Amino acid sequence: MNRNDKQTIIFGLLGACMVIVVLTLIIILGSIIVNGIPMLSWDFLTRSPEIDDTGAQTEGGIWGPLVGTFYLMMLVLGFAIPVGVLGTIFLVEYLGKYSWNRILWIVINNLAGVPSIVYGLLGVALFVGYLEFGLSLIAAGLTLGLMVLPVTMVATREALEAVPQSLRDASIALGATRWQTMRHHTIPYSMSGVLTGIILSMSRAAGETAPILVTGVVASAAIPNSLTDSFQAMPYYIYILVTQTANVDRAYAVAWGAALVLVGLVVGMNLVAIVIRKRYRKKYKW
Amino acid sequence: MAKKVSTYGVDYSRRFTEILVSGALFICMLICLSVLFLIFWMLIGNSIPFFEEVSVYDFLTGDQWNPFHPNYPLFGVQPLLTGTLLVSIIAGVIAIPIGLGASIYISEVADPKVKNWLKPFIEIIASVPSVVLGLFAVIILADYVMIIFDPYSRLNALLGGIILAVMMIPIQVTIAEEAMNAVPNSLREASYALGATRWETIRHAVVPAAFSGIVASIVLALGRAIGETMAVTMTTGNAALNTWNPLYPVLTMPATLAIEIPEAASGSLQYQALFAVGLLLFIITFAVNIVADIVLARYREAYK
Repeated sequence: MNRNDKQTIIFGLLGACMVIVVLTLIIILGSIIVNGIPMLSWDFLTRSPEIDDTGAQTEGGIWGPLVGTFYLMMLVLGFAIPVGVLGTIFLVEYLGKYSWNRILWIVINNLAGVPSIVYGLLGVALFVGYLEFGLSLIAAGLTLGLMVLPVTMVATREALEAVPQSLRDASIALGATRWQTMRHHTIPYSMSGVLTGIILSMSRAAGETAPILVTGVVASAAIPNSLTDSFQAMPYYIYILVTQTANVDRAYAVAWGAALVLVGLVVGMNLVAIVIRKRYRKKYKW
Repeated sequence: MAKKVSTYGVDYSRRFTEILVSGALFICMLICLSVLFLIFWMLIGNSIPFFEEVSVYDFLTGDQWNPFHPNYPLFGVQPLLTGTLLVSIIAGVIAIPIGLGASIYISEVADPKVKNWLKPFIEIIASVPSVVLGLFAVIILADYVMIIFDPYSRLNALLGGIILAVMMIPIQVTIAEEAMNAVPNSLREASYALGATRWETIRHAVVPAAFSGIVASIVLALGRAIGETMAVTMTTGNAALNTWNPLYPVLTMPATLAIEIPEAASGSLQYQALFAVGLLLFIITFAVNIVADIVLARYREAYK
């Protein structure tokens, strides 16, 4: 066998790996779409889950879980994301020159890879137990916030560090203060990177189940009126339908419909993030 | 109105804004850092009372996990460790070769136009919530696993391993592709100039140069597999069997936490035992991530 034949065979194998990956993904997305679309209707989106004759919660639609997931995303956007972004600006712009900063970022980077259920555990101890929020919307929202905090911080740092130091130096040399430099230069230039990070953090919060499972999501909860109420959420509703519902045919059908809506939401947010990043890469080339 | 400026030309309003903004940013940073510190503190603080009751040795070597037994609760973490490792190994065996092939294909073989489509496509797959992959595995994949492998029960370690592999591949491919992309083109050109074919160039120049990045991609993907909760809870059957047979149901550490925390009374021995499991899981994934970080830092420094 000569060298070129060998190359042809190996490239064929590599291509086969790629085909396997793409096919798997198409099969998964395809089955969500094919099984989910028949469920979609105005009723399905705007009615809350209801109990059928057998006591299984499979009638009605997904309004309750949808609202719960929206509230969770808003809590993450309201607490964790501003603190994470602003805290990172201080860490990078004011303390970036210290050598302990690098070690700190290694830790933060690794916290982004800690399993979500460990953050759930932390939320149980801190918000549900120690701060006595109980099993509630606020406890779950803050727990999700803890989970996305390292992710947001790492994304913000990357965006800030992509701005060349020379721009900051030039601004300072013209007599601007640190804040003026940040306001007119560093922050606008890194905005799209930060925005991408924020969108990805929120999409992660929307799709995550484990941390809310232990901090206050309840399958039969009403739409929450206050932050201390329990609530429903999209990923948790899917989990309950698949694992704990007797009326399997109907439960699976509803689960596919809910999965399609959830995937649409999460993938949509990710697509927006990808588009923003592409544009920004074209706009600023240092 | 003229700004109030001192004799030395200091602009007070500018200085005031400066102090205000720095203060606000500083407080946010303090919150961030204290929250991150809390993770360590809460896990350790809640596990200590457990280790006063049950020794660390008994916890790590005990081969039965039955924390809710009314008379003789057993807190041996072995079955959970075995379950977690078994599922992760199955996932690794499937995902590592396929992921490696796919990342080399995307980075080195694919046409640039195709590459521009494949990369965002893989990123999107990485964003699909794990509960949705679990749904797919339980309803559709489980039927095929039943027909092909004839497992002991419909939900088993193999099914969990397969769906975990699906979650590992996008992470692995993204990082490995980035590492191979960072290899300077001069290396490839030098190899071609010496008469090497494209495959010989990949094998003897690109892959060795990006080796640490490729290793890191595998380690990070495995770390993710170890900690994955929902897809595994839904697919592995959740029986603490202490078996290495992939056709049997197993209970992983994350699944234990997800299932048993809502059942354990706050402050009870079971509750503290679950924090001990969480601490162990945290230590394992943290160690795995640190290893990946060190390996990654090496390749970043090699090509600066």
